[in-house]
Amino acid sequence: VTTPSTTPSQTVGPFFAAGMPPVPGPDGPDTVLLSGRVLDGDGAGVPDAVVEAWHPDPPSFARAQTSPDGSWELRACRAPYVNLSVFARGLLNRVVTRLYAPGTTGVDPSLVSRATPDGYALDIHLQGPDETVFFAL
Amino acid sequence: MNPDPPLNWPEYRSSALRHPTKPPVPLPPGRSELTGPVFGESAIGPTDADLTRQHAGEPLGERIVVHGRVVDGDGRPLPHTLVEVWQANAAGRYHHDADRHPAPLDPNFTGTGRCLTGADGRYRFVTVKPGAYPWKNHDNAWRPAHIHFSLFGRAFTQRLVTQMYFPGDPLFDQDPIFNSVPEFARHRLVSAFDLAHTVPEWALAYRFDIVLRATPVETP
Repeated sequence: VTTPSTTPSQTVGPFFAAGMPPVPGPDGPDTVLLSGRVLDGDGAGVPDAVVEAWHPDPPSFARAQTSPDGSWELRACRAPYVNLSVFARGLLNRVVTRLYAPGTTGVDPSLVSRATPDGYALDIHLQGPDETVFFAL
Repeated sequence: MNPDPPLNWPEYRSSALRHPTKPPVPLPPGRSELTGPVFGESAIGPTDADLTRQHAGEPLGERIVVHGRVVDGDGRPLPHTLVEVWQANAAGRYHHDADRHPAPLDPNFTGTGRCLTGADGRYRFVTVKPGAYPWKNHDNAWRPAHIHFSLFGRAFTQRLVTQMYFPGDPLFDQDPIFNSVPEFARHRLVSAFDLAHTVPEWALAYRFDIVLRATPVETP
């Protein structure tokens, strides 16, 4: 038996807006607004990135496209953490990280969000002195 | 061998400030990596898989069928999984505000599609062949014709965004995005002309099979 060969990744490029449309995520009492910015190695906002959030309990998927200043927001079910995938022009593969609820201890501080009036916020630094911890799956 | 491109790829200029410099931290897969979102038929509109029928008239260009099978790393078909595509029109212009290439927009072509794979993992789109376009990455840089694909599979670990190319494209050699993939794996991004799936007197056909990573098994 030969196992098939995995298809390589490629960048989303700059023109994904209609092809990977936003998915706002779940709404209701046990949901929370997640937001932040995607930043490059110079600290500039990345205006052509996609952030996807996933958590299974209960199933919670959302997708946001960044604004011209690199900001994004989406909704998720309240959970100790959500997985995040980030895609962007200039990224030849996605990067994967996690957003933990404010106050979480025992994880890298770059993954712990801060409380906002209506949810949690976390900036994702693709590069630089504050580079986010990314995961290999 | 890892077929994925490195994130640090200087020939692709926009990767310079956008690639992490620290190695990624291994994450042993748990429940949130072994699962993934499920999309139903309600996510798909009636003309979503036929990009030539989304407007009042037909788009200009060479009509093509793009089809294939989505399997996991063990060769098992991935049924009912979402496939999203987007592409330039036949003149090499995206229906997107940020695309400044002075080629004509086509009022009859948006260039986006989506479908779910069938029970056997198969998908099929009807579209027009996208044009090549210039992109300023280096002197006289042109992207080979391509269609963007986004796939979910069954697990978070299987998520894939990639690009499908056309056989024999003369622009391959100078394209840093295509060539960011290790040489042994580049051919996996190139579709095959598929005479058997052409529609006589109507459309040519290309086959693009997609292999996601192995479907992980959740252990209790």
